[in-house]
Amino acid sequence: MYDIKALYEAQSVSHAVELLLEHPHAQIIAGGSDVLVQMREGKLAGAELVSIYGLDELRGVTLEGDGTLRIGSLTSFSQITRDPLIQKYINVLGEAVDMVGGPQIRNIGTIGGNTCNGVTSADSASTLFAWDAVIELTGPGGVRKIPIGDFYIRAGKVDLRPAEIQTSILIRKESYEGYVGHYIKYAMRNAMDIATLGCSVNVKLSEDKSTFADVRIAYGVAGPVPMRAIHAEEAGRGLPVSGQSIEQIGNTVLEDVTPRNSWRASKAFREHISKVLCKRSLAEAVTRAENLGKGAS
Amino acid sequence: MKEKDHIIGQSVKRVDALEKVTGRAKYVDDLCDRNVYVAKVFHADIAHGYVKSIDTSEAEKIPGVVKIVTCFDVPKNYFPTAGHPWSTEQGHQDVCDRLLLTDHVRFYGDDVAAVVAENEVAAAQAVRAIKAEYEELPFVLDVHKAMEDGAPRIHENYSHNILAHTSIRNGDYEAAIKEPGLTKVEGWYETPTVQHCHIENFICYAYMEQGRIVVVSSTQIPHICRRVVGQALGIPWGQVRIIKPYIGGGFGNKQDVLYEPLCAYLSTVTGGRPIKLDVSREETFASTRVRHAIHFHIVSYVRPDGTYSARKFESFSDQGAYASHGHSIAAKGMGCFPQLYPCPNIEADTYTVFTNKSVAGAMRGYGIPQAMFAMESHTEDVARAMGISPYEFRMRNVMPKGFKDGFSKNLNYYDSFRECMEKGRKEFDYDRRMEKYACQEGDIRRGVGMSVFWYNTGVWPISLETSACRMVLNQDGSIQVQVGETEIGQGADTAFAQMAAETLGIPFDMVHVISTQDTDVTPFGTGAYASRQTYMAGFSIRQTGELLREKILETARDLTRQMKENLDIVNGNVVRISDGEVLMSLGELATEKLYSLTDNGHLTAESSYQIKNNAYSFGCTFVEVEVDIPGCRAQVTDMLNVHDCGRLINPALAEAQVHGGMSMGIGYALSEKLLFDEKTGKPLNNNLLDYKLSTFMDHPDLKAAFIENDEPTSAYGTKALGEPPTCSPAPAIRNAILQATGVALNEIPMRPHLLFEEFKKAELI
Repeated sequence: MYDIKALYEAQSVSHAVELLLEHPHAQIIAGGSDVLVQMREGKLAGAELVSIYGLDELRGVTLEGDGTLRIGSLTSFSQITRDPLIQKYINVLGEAVDMVGGPQIRNIGTIGGNTCNGVTSADSASTLFAWDAVIELTGPGGVRKIPIGDFYIRAGKVDLRPAEIQTSILIRKESYEGYVGHYIKYAMRNAMDIATLGCSVNVKLSEDKSTFADVRIAYGVAGPVPMRAIHAEEAGRGLPVSGQSIEQIGNTVLEDVTPRNSWRASKAFREHISKVLCKRSLAEAVTRAENLGKGAS
Repeated sequence: MKEKDHIIGQSVKRVDALEKVTGRAKYVDDLCDRNVYVAKVFHADIAHGYVKSIDTSEAEKIPGVVKIVTCFDVPKNYFPTAGHPWSTEQGHQDVCDRLLLTDHVRFYGDDVAAVVAENEVAAAQAVRAIKAEYEELPFVLDVHKAMEDGAPRIHENYSHNILAHTSIRNGDYEAAIKEPGLTKVEGWYETPTVQHCHIENFICYAYMEQGRIVVVSSTQIPHICRRVVGQALGIPWGQVRIIKPYIGGGFGNKQDVLYEPLCAYLSTVTGGRPIKLDVSREETFASTRVRHAIHFHIVSYVRPDGTYSARKFESFSDQGAYASHGHSIAAKGMGCFPQLYPCPNIEADTYTVFTNKSVAGAMRGYGIPQAMFAMESHTEDVARAMGISPYEFRMRNVMPKGFKDGFSKNLNYYDSFRECMEKGRKEFDYDRRMEKYACQEGDIRRGVGMSVFWYNTGVWPISLETSACRMVLNQDGSIQVQVGETEIGQGADTAFAQMAAETLGIPFDMVHVISTQDTDVTPFGTGAYASRQTYMAGFSIRQTGELLREKILETARDLTRQMKENLDIVNGNVVRISDGEVLMSLGELATEKLYSLTDNGHLTAESSYQIKNNAYSFGCTFVEVEVDIPGCRAQVTDMLNVHDCGRLINPALAEAQVHGGMSMGIGYALSEKLLFDEKTGKPLNNNLLDYKLSTFMDHPDLKAAFIENDEPTSAYGTKALGEPPTCSPAPAIRNAILQATGVALNEIPMRPHLLFEEFKKAELI
């Protein structure tokens, strides 16, 4: 039994905005796998809820005319993993969200909820950072689009203005074309767990596949919000594709990551794992990039 | 004549399988009235102190709140909670240190007040609205610090917070260590606080009927619970009735009386209304029971030929805030030290120490998983120090056939250890893997390890062992069977049905085991613990079955005019064994007997049996691990348990029991630890996300093998299997990691945090 003061169900995006204007203290609920947990813990006990879960127009993945991939914010993790467009262009996102919780959570949990709750450990977030995702928000003032890096303000706080809802996550063509990625979730067990550290990388190799044309490295739990390892990326660009380069890039991530000591894991341990994950993800991404065009991706 | 079918030894389907897989089986919450009042406990958020005052005024205003009871309202009847049989000798009685609600808070999560409300939401709101004012006292979380002079005193009567200290002195340790040429091996070993994590959290509901109190509870020990509720409420024990339906696991946590007394009390102060107390997962971790964390110190003096000259053992067991099962756990762990690898010169001491943490009680293995981690890690270190293969070292030194323990008079009738080890070695291809994984390099390495374990069955002669059974014959020749031993998910009811069918000579499906224990109706028994169900219930089922069989054969004699000694019951029929002629079915006999106008009667039998034996139950684990050195992780890639638990009553259920125990062992070894904040004493990870119970994805395919040496003292040749499977996995995993990496980890869980630190020290990373 949940302590819910009132539940308002939105019939459309504009109706959702209206409801949020009418009930400024209401909490938005989508799949509920975070909100209901917090409600049970007492943090959100007695809250009013505006449910957007019924808005089918916010579900599914489409390819826009300019090649932008549009992921509706209510698309569930399991839908993303199974989606042919995701599999074709940014398969690593499908792999990343397939590591969230267990099957039930992946069926109910949405990528919009995963990013809007603002936690650094969200399995989708580091991969979206790595792919330069753009967040689309719809509110009383209309639609605005911001880079995902700007969307995260601080731990648990995202740039969601009053009566605004997240409607889509966009990946532009130039962000994914020619890039291949890999995500490693480091957790204390192999299922039903939250990431101790997550690392998502993608690489673009030169035409002859001999050098790193571009390297993108993103982390979850390496700081209060998901982040990019810009020094390591910079160090990687233009380097020859080799084990030695991967070592070098991996060692540079310590200039970027800022994990903290907590009872969950020490700073020193997280720093060590940051390097290990970066190197392993890069090695796997390179293997995938080298196989690109050989029928595997 | 058709041969008698043997039902013992067959993998018949569980008697409750259909009910459970279809969701029809009724558990506590399914049985309780929908209009039940809901009780919730207000827990202390300090580790140690006195409650000065409690402000319930805001809570009382919340609509739906019926009653709030605080520590200042309840009767001061101190009661014990351990699920031990009562002792009529005062000196052997469990420590009475609990109140329904307490003003002396001894751990973070202690029970201070309780709310009764019309629904869960109102109850939760009221708990959040209660304000308690405390006088805080210093607290202590570490056993060694708790024993220091000047440490915070947790209970008045226990100096240095030592609940108990016991010793063993065999031979002359000090003289023995002076023998020339000895190698000394010494180690400290540490095991964590873990929780049972049964699927169904603790739940009970209570109501009054005809002036008596009824509690329907998720318990392993209904008859013991009746006594404790009586003690806690200060009422005659016959005024209490406990009903135990199906339960969703217990693993020892429910071998303690938890919130039944409080729930019963709340019903008595609300006009006898039904009150439900459904404990959350967070409360289950913090405020029910946990496994004792134990710190061990072992010293061995070994001769060049690999035999022991002298050995020393010390252990410090973290009891948490209240006595519960108390010293029994640490004492059991120490008790097996002189037995596992017999050595004439032994010095052993064990201390059970109060700390301001969650209360430790019974948990699957009862001190032996802790002891085995220490002893079998140490055995490995000794073997390595002596340059002897760990397998060979154990073969030479482990308890021999014919060993007799002086205290329990337990006799090792077979060479179980060596037979199990030989079987495991072959089935696991141990030698080849040992050789293959020797001297590895690189980031990802494999290793194999093994461990044996010591266990026994039941609690004789430390405590009472008794079992009682009732059988009732129906018109169709089927029977009801009732025993005090409880089905807690392990399959006991199925084993009982097989035993009854075997003794009576009737088909398995003609035995109806009454799964529910109701202390008003069910014969007295002490419940599920100490891996005692099949062994102990076996005696009273066999005895009662023989009594009923005698009555049936006497009736058959009267009805068939044949000599009783020439008759037998075979597959549900009365058969003349001299020529194999089927004379009548048991159904015909029972119907005639019940309705006869000349000589009617109801055929029933009931008896109780006092057991004055205890049976060893031994085995071992073989493990292969893969260690990711830079990733600081160990993963079990293959695992085999071998057990000699006597004759298998139901091989499929036995295998499942072993799998469950191995699973628990994997989590114990690699990931589980309940953490407490050093600054506040607050449990940090008392939920299933942050407490890393292992999942299927963390397990390989688990393998079980058995040596079936009939236990000679047993009614059906069987002995303990409930707890044994969880005793040896952790040290075997530790020893496999040692083979893979050369790093000897002396602490569990061997989680990435520990591997990171230890691999750094070893300069592997």
